[in-house]
Amino acid sequence: MKNAVGREIPDELLVNNKRVYSGKNQIDGQYEQKVGPKRRIGEKPRENKLVATLREACEKCGVHYGMTISFHSVFRNGDYVASMAVKTLVEELGVKDLNIAATSLGSAHDIIADYIEKGIVTGIQTSGVRGRIGEVISEGKLKTPAIIRSHGGRPRAIAAGEVTIDIAFIGASASDYYGNAAGIGGKNNSGVIGFAGPDAKYANHVIVVTDTLVPFPNLPAPINAMDVDYVVTVDEVGNPDKIATAEARMTQDPRELMMARNVADIIANTPYFKDGFSFQTGVGGPSLAVNRFLEEHMVKNNIQMGFALGGISNAMCQLQDKGLVKKILDTQCFDKPTIEHLAKHPDKHIEITTDEYANPSNQGAYVNKLDYVVLSALEIDTDFNVNVITGSDGVLRGAPGGHPDTAAGSKCCIIVTPLTRGRMATVCEKVVTVTTPGDTVDVLVTDYGTAVNPLRQDIIDCLDKAGIPHVTIESLKEKAYSLVGRPDDLEWEDKVIAVVEARDGSILDVVRRIKPVTLD
Amino acid sequence: MDILNNAIAGTLESSDAQVQVFPQSGKLSIYVESSVMNQYGRQIKKTAEETLAKLKVKEGKVVIIDKGALECTLKARIECAVFRSCGQSESNIPWEVL
Repeated sequence: MKNAVGREIPDELLVNNKRVYSGKNQIDGQYEQKVGPKRRIGEKPRENKLVATLREACEKCGVHYGMTISFHSVFRNGDYVASMAVKTLVEELGVKDLNIAATSLGSAHDIIADYIEKGIVTGIQTSGVRGRIGEVISEGKLKTPAIIRSHGGRPRAIAAGEVTIDIAFIGASASDYYGNAAGIGGKNNSGVIGFAGPDAKYANHVIVVTDTLVPFPNLPAPINAMDVDYVVTVDEVGNPDKIATAEARMTQDPRELMMARNVADIIANTPYFKDGFSFQTGVGGPSLAVNRFLEEHMVKNNIQMGFALGGISNAMCQLQDKGLVKKILDTQCFDKPTIEHLAKHPDKHIEITTDEYANPSNQGAYVNKLDYVVLSALEIDTDFNVNVITGSDGVLRGAPGGHPDTAAGSKCCIIVTPLTRGRMATVCEKVVTVTTPGDTVDVLVTDYGTAVNPLRQDIIDCLDKAGIPHVTIESLKEKAYSLVGRPDDLEWEDKVIAVVEARDGSILDVVRRIKPVTLD
Repeated sequence: MDILNNAIAGTLESSDAQVQVFPQSGKLSIYVESSVMNQYGRQIKKTAEETLAKLKVKEGKVVIIDKGALECTLKARIECAVFRSCGQSESNIPWEVL
């Protein structure tokens, strides 16, 4: 069945009330039953919840074939806990048919790729699939199709009972012996730990894994002891130096800086740019650099940002230190200075969970109060559909993260990306995979020009009034193809290797197994 | 034009291609390895065939390791490798056929 973004969804996936994507705001006003997790009753006073080993904690929670475990990804490439826990379950406890429901998976988790190849890990639900995990899934080695959800779609699915987590392993930088846990106050700090918020609330068992035991009560604690079954100490929970990767750098590239300046100019000339406005930016080179040009406009017009949202980097903290940002609502710290800033300014740099951030089902998601979001893209097509999950070669190597949520919630969503990357046309006829529907995307800024979604005549008028030039997205696509040549269509097998869920739980797209081109 | 000696042009940098040519009698064979094989593999081979035909190369072995080079880059690397293989890269470049 074809869905609202023109993607053919196989009927066999449309079981158990699964729907195809039919446009934004489709579930608004409907009712949804939140499920309650099982919990072990803690009536009898306990001295502490400390358990000597991860293995023992797992045994006490109960392990079984086909179980589902979850992890957060706040340590990004420096995460140790997910690999540690999976290894314990597989090597020491012999668990098979393991389902992993993580906020993201990447190069820190190559061991999971091995277990997928061995047929031990048979289910993956995640936002990101980078590194070798993406490759083995793309090769069709995972027994069931991976489920890709956005940061808002994940807490929605968990609360709706579409995912039942048997054990949530929550790596925490510091915890007391009762499980009041946080991402600060330890020897390896991740900063925010809000990715694990829904897991703590909805998992049947919660194991806090920490390398720094602090005196009781460790407050304020984003992970509350109320929800925690056991606490395990290990040598190291993660390496904060690996949180900031090439993705979170401040660019010096003049082409990217030009794009960033153009984005800031567009923002400054639309009506939402007024005192108290709200803003989020991604960590791609040009999107991150927007901060720096936005500052000039804010100072010149005497405008203060009401709140900054999402994954936060040092550039935003510095803006706040200059008095230009009232509140930072932080879902993930992208570098070490941000982690320190969070610890130092609990009054104005505030940790939030992915549920508060982006869940389309709750009544207070911050994305819905967002004026501007600036995002990057692997590909964007002439319908403004964006792909941030598969490379142009059809292999999984990205993460929707909060991309679809912020695009849908914000008043003005700006995609900034170079027109081409090497021989890849970023602006193309049809994206390989739709992760963010085009009707939620408003403006595209490239190094060869800006295009506005025809659905947003109001923004077109603003740009015209300000004398900001813009062209059609078709002309940008043609420009791209004139530079790199028109690519051949990818060839696919029938086998679906991943299902991309829209944030409302319907099916937005599927990724099939790529048929590699071989020349005779 | 004949491929008389082994020759090489280009690099393995991103957006470039490395082209090696080797003498081989009786047939012309082209091998392509590319970081953009799924989208451009066939076009790369076609470009190689056309470029070699233009230079009237009838026999030899051509190995292309492509790192996402644009078509103009690819052509230039193939031409250069062929010229080098027959000692024509420093003088006598047949500009009129390019």
